[in-house]
Amino acid sequence: MKILVCISNVPDTTTKIKFTDNNTAFDQAGVQWIINPWDELALTRALDIKDAQAGMVEEITVINVGLAATEPTIRKALAIGADKGIRINAEPKDAFTVASQLADVISKESFDIILCGIESSDSNGNNVGGMLSELLDMPSVSSVSHFDIKDGKVELKREIDGGQETVSTPIPFVGIVQKGIAKEPRIPSMRGIMGARTKPLQVIEAIQTETLTEFATYDLPKPKAACKKIDPDNVKELVQLLHNEAKVI
Amino acid sequence: MSVLVYTENWDGKFKKLSFELVSFACEIAKTLNTNVVALSIGKVNDDELNKLGTYGASKILNVQNENLINLNNQAYTSVLAQAAAKEGATLIVFAHNNTGKAIAPRLSVRLKAGLATGVLALPSNFQPFTIAKKVFTAKAIANVVIKTPVSIVTLLQNAFGVFETPVAASIEAFNPEIKDNELKTEVKDVNKVSGKILLTDAEIVVSGGRGMKGPENWGSIEELATLLGAGTACSRPVSDEGWRPHEEHTGQTGKILAPNLYIACGISGAIQHLGGISGSKCIVAINKDPDAPIFEAADYGIVGDVLKVLPEMITAVKELKGN
Amino acid sequence: MNFEFTEEQKMIQQAAKDFAERELLQDVIERDEKSEFATEHVKKLAELGFLGMMTDPKYDGGGMDTISYVLAMEEISKIDSSVAVLMSVCNSLVIWGIETYGNEEQKQKFLRPLASGQKIGAFLLSEPEAGSDATSQRTTAEDKGDHYLLNGTKNWITNANSASTYIVIAQTNPEKKHKGINALIVDKNSAGITLGPHENKMGMRSSDTHSVMFNDVKVPKENRIGEDGFGFPFAMKTLEGGRIGIASQALGIASGAFERALKYSMERKAFGTEIFNHQSVAFKLSDMAVKIENGRNLCLKAAWLKDQHLPYGTASAMAKQYCADMAMEVTTEAVQIFGGYGYVREYHVERLMREAKLTQIYEGTSEVQKIVISRSLLK
Repeated sequence: MKILVCISNVPDTTTKIKFTDNNTAFDQAGVQWIINPWDELALTRALDIKDAQAGMVEEITVINVGLAATEPTIRKALAIGADKGIRINAEPKDAFTVASQLADVISKESFDIILCGIESSDSNGNNVGGMLSELLDMPSVSSVSHFDIKDGKVELKREIDGGQETVSTPIPFVGIVQKGIAKEPRIPSMRGIMGARTKPLQVIEAIQTETLTEFATYDLPKPKAACKKIDPDNVKELVQLLHNEAKVI
Repeated sequence: MSVLVYTENWDGKFKKLSFELVSFACEIAKTLNTNVVALSIGKVNDDELNKLGTYGASKILNVQNENLINLNNQAYTSVLAQAAAKEGATLIVFAHNNTGKAIAPRLSVRLKAGLATGVLALPSNFQPFTIAKKVFTAKAIANVVIKTPVSIVTLLQNAFGVFETPVAASIEAFNPEIKDNELKTEVKDVNKVSGKILLTDAEIVVSGGRGMKGPENWGSIEELATLLGAGTACSRPVSDEGWRPHEEHTGQTGKILAPNLYIACGISGAIQHLGGISGSKCIVAINKDPDAPIFEAADYGIVGDVLKVLPEMITAVKELKGN
Repeated sequence: MNFEFTEEQKMIQQAAKDFAERELLQDVIERDEKSEFATEHVKKLAELGFLGMMTDPKYDGGGMDTISYVLAMEEISKIDSSVAVLMSVCNSLVIWGIETYGNEEQKQKFLRPLASGQKIGAFLLSEPEAGSDATSQRTTAEDKGDHYLLNGTKNWITNANSASTYIVIAQTNPEKKHKGINALIVDKNSAGITLGPHENKMGMRSSDTHSVMFNDVKVPKENRIGEDGFGFPFAMKTLEGGRIGIASQALGIASGAFERALKYSMERKAFGTEIFNHQSVAFKLSDMAVKIENGRNLCLKAAWLKDQHLPYGTASAMAKQYCADMAMEVTTEAVQIFGGYGYVREYHVERLMREAKLTQIYEGTSEVQKIVISRSLLK
């Protein structure tokens, strides 16, 4: 089987978030970029399966929509074990653009399993995997928390609100994965980093696409307000506030 | 023109989020001078369906189809697309949960309608449609502009609330066409999970400190945690004393947590403890000492005896959940 | 001039950081308290290829440059110097020594398992009566025709227990003084080798430091590195590179303590504000930052010279001396910023301070480095 993992290039999760140009653009100065953590988990799981069943998974390809600056992220994916990298040379303006670019390339190849992280840690969109499956007219399984290949068949479990379902699907399909699918992401070895130098990283020119949405402006959350004290004889008020004001229960 | 809402039910009863979605849609429909159509898939009786009218849905599309018992992304997308076309929907509203995340992006492509996920509030503008959502893992908020004539949003749960706006609702049986090739995935087994939540995954954490006096008093922490679907944690002195297992120790040298809600019970909040919880979105502190540093970090605080406050909190949460 | 790291160097730096934070951090305090060797962690580090990261890939090494090595050493040392010193001894002393001066047979037999991380190496130079003064070796390697007979005691041997392959510096012809010294590759399991007890050290307590006793240990002639009498220049050249490793370790100890102190200064409040807002603290941090930057530049300069195949002996001595002394100063200030919290175990900085002390002592004390540097001034 051939597995494709779609990876997004995102700021390191410890990045201090700032904006420029009147809060219309993310300030990229000094930002370190990483593989989106959910995508990295998808890749990790694919690699684990390939390691465990050498003959079953023929090849793992990673694909990214981005400009040349995202290549280190693709190289990292190659260093931890992906066999091939593809970069579609386009700015990932919105989820629909990204999905359209991906769909165009994928439809010309023959992947059996396409994996996406359920969201990216920058736009928190939960969009690309689902959009891609629709553009490709493929079945999709979302919120996948367990993925394996046994006797040539795909085994999937997906999270539902209040439980878990075992789902079967024909291939090809799009698996949209969430946390739990793999343990910790891999650390590249010296051998892996060296090997990544010579692994193929293909650059494909973008097609014309359109955007459906735009992140017009950004705001930072308001600074923490002082602790709101509640009378110990009125505990009910605390629960009400948590429910109605903080909206956490 | 209409606002279409995708509702969800559990064993024939609407989930609370369905009422919230209808309330949210109703508020928008008022501004747009249009009406709310709710879509329900599955076996829900008319009494239950009529409840949607209480929150402002004037029409309810009732889909009952053997092939749609379990979530199937392609087939559900088809149902929604057909409903949207039939009702001339200009806005479609989902919950920002596993189901919403599965269908909304597919529908966005099917209808060529811009999608904003995890939205926090009503649109700030309709020309163009502009709405706020959390980005950068809640470290910022983006105002998303949807550029297409039809918009889709998924609403963050509890972001809006439930409001009654009773209208007379008409229930209409709706039989969308489902093609065989849209039924490729199949649910083999459903496993409803219950039991302990992994501490680092928990969205709510109830944590106890030395103010709990002894391990025999942990019953109330566990009861509150079970009620809230929360994980349980403790401060370092508590695990050092052996009152609780080491895995629960939270702080600089223990677990680093960032839940939506962290309830600190009888924890003074030494800096080493605060270092492990500072990523929490909301912190509640219950402590006898009004000068305890935990109140500096907390959003809500009760100065009082935690052993008295906790049982009252349990009662209040039970009342809330009962509604 | 170019101060930009390559993408690959950044990737290695990140890999070392991830390893240190995910693997080493969780029980480093406990290992220090118990003087417990990090067996599992070292195994993983070896599997990742960090122990032979600069060795030619044709001998199963990582093929990376010395700049990458400095970056990796700094990251590991921020968290656990006991593991970092093992990594330094393997890379800089044992592996580099065999790769540079060993013959092809020795490389195939000894270098390969070391470079791939299957085996750990130790470098046995120090003696009870000969620490920094390497000329007065009392351990003898008597020439017995087809083999050497090794007798004597080596002290303060890092990796003495965990290593399988030793490089032992010993005297064959005492009348020739330092020109009679040889470097021998010795299998640790040879008959006649015994270890002293684990040294109960002030810092780097989980590094396995022992004395090693040789009692009529037979070493095949083919295990000698270089010509007869090459042992002293071999040791001196090897230590030149070793200094880059220890300098980077000291750098990591300093930057690890600095990062912790900086974070703490922005969280801890005194007199109604975060202590960073007190100039006495902010200026301390400013001084620390400048010193660390200086130290890093010295390390990278020495590494760059080595990568360019230019002489780096003086540069590595400067880096080692400066970084070791600087680490002592910076960690002391870090403890001061933490106040009482700095004096207890769980904030790491007191441990980093204890670790810093050793970098001023081993692989040539700061004073010995000054001898090397001052002599170079006369040339």
